[in-house]
Amino acid sequence: MNKIKYILQKEFLQIFRNKSMLPLIFVLPIIQLLIMANAATYEIKHINIVVLDVDHSIFANQLVLKFEQSPYFDVIGYADDNEQALDALYADRCDIVVHIPQYFEKNLRHGKMVKIYCAVNAINSSKAAVVYNYAQSIITQFSRQIDIESNRETSTIKAPDIRFANWFNPHLDYKTFMVPGILVLLVTLVGMVLSGLNLVREKEIGTMEQINVTPIGKGAFIIGKMLPFWIIGMVELALGMGVSLLVFNIPVEGSMLLLFAFAAVYLVAVLGIGLLVSTFSSTQQQAMFLSWFFIVVFILMSGLFTPIESMPLWAQKLTLINPIAYFVKVMRMVMLKGSTFYNISGYFLAMAAFAVGFNFLAILNYRKTST
Amino acid sequence: MKSANRFFSFVKKELLHILRDKRTLLILFGIPIAQVVLFGFAITNDLNNAPISILDRAHDQGSREITERLLSSGYFTLLDNLDHPPDIEAAFRKGKAKLIIEYGPDFYQQLMKGRGLNLFLAADASDPNMANLLVNYASAIINKYILEKLPAMANQRRIQPEVKMYFNPSMKSVFMFVPGVMSVILMLVSAMMTSISIAREKEQGTMEVLMVSPVKPVQIILAKVFPYLLLSLVNAASIVALAYFVFGMPVQGSLFLLGLEVMLFILTSLGLGILISTLVSTQQTAMMISLIALMLPTIILSGFIFPIENMPRLLQILTYIIPARWFLVIIKDIMLKGVGIAFFWKETLILAAMCLLLLGISIKKLKVRLE
Amino acid sequence: MPEPIIIIKELTRKFGDFTAVNHISFEVEAGEIFGFLGANGAGKTTAIRMLCGLLKPSSGSGMVAGADILKNPNLVKSRIGYMSQRFSLYEDLSVMENIRLYGGIYGLKKALVKKRAAQLIEKTGLNGLEKRLVGDLPLGWRQKLALSTALIHRPQVVFLDEPTGGVDPITRKQFWEMIYETAAGGTTVFVTTHYMDEAEYCDRVCIMTEGMIRALDKPDILKKKYDAGNMDEVFLKLAR
Repeated sequence: MNKIKYILQKEFLQIFRNKSMLPLIFVLPIIQLLIMANAATYEIKHINIVVLDVDHSIFANQLVLKFEQSPYFDVIGYADDNEQALDALYADRCDIVVHIPQYFEKNLRHGKMVKIYCAVNAINSSKAAVVYNYAQSIITQFSRQIDIESNRETSTIKAPDIRFANWFNPHLDYKTFMVPGILVLLVTLVGMVLSGLNLVREKEIGTMEQINVTPIGKGAFIIGKMLPFWIIGMVELALGMGVSLLVFNIPVEGSMLLLFAFAAVYLVAVLGIGLLVSTFSSTQQQAMFLSWFFIVVFILMSGLFTPIESMPLWAQKLTLINPIAYFVKVMRMVMLKGSTFYNISGYFLAMAAFAVGFNFLAILNYRKTST
Repeated sequence: MKSANRFFSFVKKELLHILRDKRTLLILFGIPIAQVVLFGFAITNDLNNAPISILDRAHDQGSREITERLLSSGYFTLLDNLDHPPDIEAAFRKGKAKLIIEYGPDFYQQLMKGRGLNLFLAADASDPNMANLLVNYASAIINKYILEKLPAMANQRRIQPEVKMYFNPSMKSVFMFVPGVMSVILMLVSAMMTSISIAREKEQGTMEVLMVSPVKPVQIILAKVFPYLLLSLVNAASIVALAYFVFGMPVQGSLFLLGLEVMLFILTSLGLGILISTLVSTQQTAMMISLIALMLPTIILSGFIFPIENMPRLLQILTYIIPARWFLVIIKDIMLKGVGIAFFWKETLILAAMCLLLLGISIKKLKVRLE
Repeated sequence: MPEPIIIIKELTRKFGDFTAVNHISFEVEAGEIFGFLGANGAGKTTAIRMLCGLLKPSSGSGMVAGADILKNPNLVKSRIGYMSQRFSLYEDLSVMENIRLYGGIYGLKKALVKKRAAQLIEKTGLNGLEKRLVGDLPLGWRQKLALSTALIHRPQVVFLDEPTGGVDPITRKQFWEMIYETAAGGTTVFVTTHYMDEAEYCDRVCIMTEGMIRALDKPDILKKKYDAGNMDEVFLKLAR
C-alpha cells in the first residue's frame, strides 16, 4: 500500500504543475458562485406594464395609480389603441397590457359589473401566472376600495383572508435556496471533469501501458489517482462554504459535520462515475462528451433549478439514480431546515450504495490485463 | 484554385476524423436529441402533484369539500393525514410534505356565519418559488369555493379581470425550455467540439505538421470549423423537429430566417471554441473552460431559466456578453411570436458583431502564436 | 547449464477469428540479447504483451523469470522491466520525479532510489538536468532515460518494444551500448526492432511472419543458411 503514496505524489505534481488548471479548479468556480447566486432568482419584481386606457376617467386614473404604487409593477407607457398595445407586447417591451374599456367609470357608478382585460406574455408560463396573479389582486383591491368609498357595502360578511406561513425562509430569499445548490454543482463539475479525463489521458499518451507492466495493483493505482481529486473536491466545498457564509449570510441550521460527512461519500460516488466514464472511453474526446452528457442531465434534472415534484412521474423515478439530486436535497435540508442524521439517513444509505456501486463497476471495467 | 483544393482536402480530413469515430458520432447526434426529449418533458416549473399533509380538526362538510377540490385539481396529492396538531417543523425536516393545511374546529360553521376563515396554510419555503406557487394555487381553489358558498361576497367584486395569455395560451413551460435547451446544446457542442479538436491536435503534435504546411492559418481554422457547422446544423434541425412534432411547439415565423439565425449562433459558438483552443494547450483545460466558463453562464445568465429582468442591474449588464441571451430572444420571437426581422434586427446585429469579433481575434491569436 | 529465463510453449492469441500469435514456442537463455523481428502486424507486439502479463494468452503456457505468465502475471511484472515503442514517461514530470515514481512503484527503499538515480543520471549524462521536465528533453535523451528507468529495479529480463524508433544514428549507437552493458550485467534483453542492422547486434534473433516463427538462430548461422550477405536479405527472403 506504500506504493499508493507514489501515485498520489505524482498526481499532485501533475495537477499543480499545469498552471492554467489551478485557477480553473479553485478560482473560477468561486467567482461563478458569487455571480450565479445573484442571478438565479425567480423573484418577480419590475413587471413592465403598458396601459391602454380608453375610458380616461377618474376611476381609470385611480386604478393606474394603484399599479404605479405597487412594488411589483413599473408602468412604462400608455397605448392609444389596441394595436399599439399589442405591439409593445410583441416587441417584449412589456410583460402585460391592461386594457380599461370605455364606460368603465359610468358602469361602475351604475352598479354594473365591469371587465378589465389583461394581455400577458405567457412564453414563460410560470412567470405569466405570477404576473397575472399580482394584477388580479390589485384589481380586486381596487374594486373593494370603490365599494367602501361609495358606501355600497352590501354585505356585512368580512371577506376572509387566507392565513399562511412560509417556513425556513419567511422572506422567500432566493440566495438561501440557490447557493447550496450551485455549490454542489461546482464541486461536482470539477470532480467529474478531473476524474473523467484522467485515466483516458494516460491511455492516450501511452503511460498507462508503462504503469500496467509494473506490479502495482488495480486498486492501489485507482485509489492513488482518485484520492487527490477527492481532496480537491473537499477543499473546494470548504472554500465555497466559507464564501456562502461570509458573503451571502446563508444560515446553517444543521450540523456542518453532517454536511461534510455526506459530501465525503458523495464525492466518492461522483469520482466513481468519472472513473466509469474514463474506463468506457478510448479517447479524451469521448470521455468528455460522455461526462458532459451525464453532467447536463444530472444538473438539469437535479431539482436545482426546477422542482422535482413538478416532473412527470417517470422523470421523478429517474432522479432516484441521480446523485446530484440527492446532494442538492441533503444540502438544502441540512443547511436550511436543520435536518438531522436521522432525517437524511435514507439518502446517506443511497449515496453510500452509489459510491460502492459506481466504483465497483469502474474497477470491474478497468481491466489491467486487457483483452 | 489550388488553395481551394487544399481547403477541401482539409475539410475532408476533419470530416473523416469525426465520421470515423463511431462512438463520438453517436454521442454528438444521440445526446442532444436525448437531452431535448428528456428535458422537454421533465423540466417544468408547473405545479404538479405536489405532496401535501392535511390536519383536519373540523371533519365537517367544508373541510371535506375543500380537501376534495384541492386533491382533484391535479396540483396536489395527499401525502398523509395528520391526527394531532403537527410539529410542522419536524414534518418539513423529513423533507416530504411541501404544504401543510390545517382546518380549525367548526371550520364550516364559522365560514358560513361570516366569522372568517379558520384555516391555516404552512409552506416549506426552503424552495421559495415552490412555496409561492403552492400558496397561490391553494388560495385560488379555496377562494373559489368560498365565493360559491357565499354568493354575497361575489358582489363585492364587481370589477372582473379577464385575461388572455399570448404566445403560449395553454401555458406550457416546455415553450420556454425548448429554446433554452437548444441554445445550451448548440453552444456547448459547437464550442466544446472545436476547442477540444484543436487542443487535441496540439497535444498530439499534429498541429505543428499543419502549421508547416503551405496552408494559411485562416484556412486551417475554417476547415476545422466547417464540419462542426454542418453537424450543429443537423443537430439544430432535429431539435426544432422534435420541438414541433413531440412538444407541439409552433414555428409561427419563417423557417428560413430561423435557419439563418441558428447558423449565426452556431458560428459564434464555434468562434468562441476556437478562441478557447488558442488559449489552452491540453484537452483537459479546454474541457474545463468550456464546461465551467460556458455552461453555467449559458444556463443561468441567458434568461433560459431565470428571467433577466429580475437580476440585479450589474448582472443584467453582464448578460449582454452572453451570446445565448440574444439568441433566445430571436428564437422565441420567430417560433412563438411569429414576428419578422423588424423585431429582432438589433439582437441579430449584436450576434453578428460577436461572431466576427470572436473569429477575428482567434485567427489573429493563431498567427501570433506562429510567428 | 542454468535454466532458460524465458520458456514459451505453444503460445497462442486470437482476436475473434484472427489469430495474431499462432502456437509459438521458444526459449531464451539468461544474459542473452534476444532479437525479435517481424514486419508490422506479424504479431510481435501481441507476443511481447503476453510475455509481460499485459495480455492473457488464448492457449499455451509460458514462464518468464521463473514466474508463470498465466497464473501469476503480477509476479512476472515485478521481475521484468518494460519500455514500449510509445514514449512512456510522464512528460509533465521532471527527470527526478519520474525516477522516484517508478522506483516507488517497484517498492524500492528511498535511499536505494536515491543511489540508483544518481548512478542512472551519471550513466545517461543527464547531470544538471534532474529538475528539467521530461517533455522538454530531446527525444534521444528521453529514450535513454526511459531505458534506465525501466531498469531501476534491476529486473531479470527487460523487454524493449522498438526502443530506437525515430532516434538519430548516434543516439542509436549509444543506446545499443547501453543494451550491451545491461546484458553484461546479467540482465536478459528481449528487444524488437525494424532495423536489420540492429539484428546483427543480437546474440540470437527470432523472425516472425503471420503470427508464426519462421526462423530462430544466431545471425551468422541464419545468414549462412539462407545464403545472404546480411540480415536484411535474410529477412526479405523469409518475409516475402
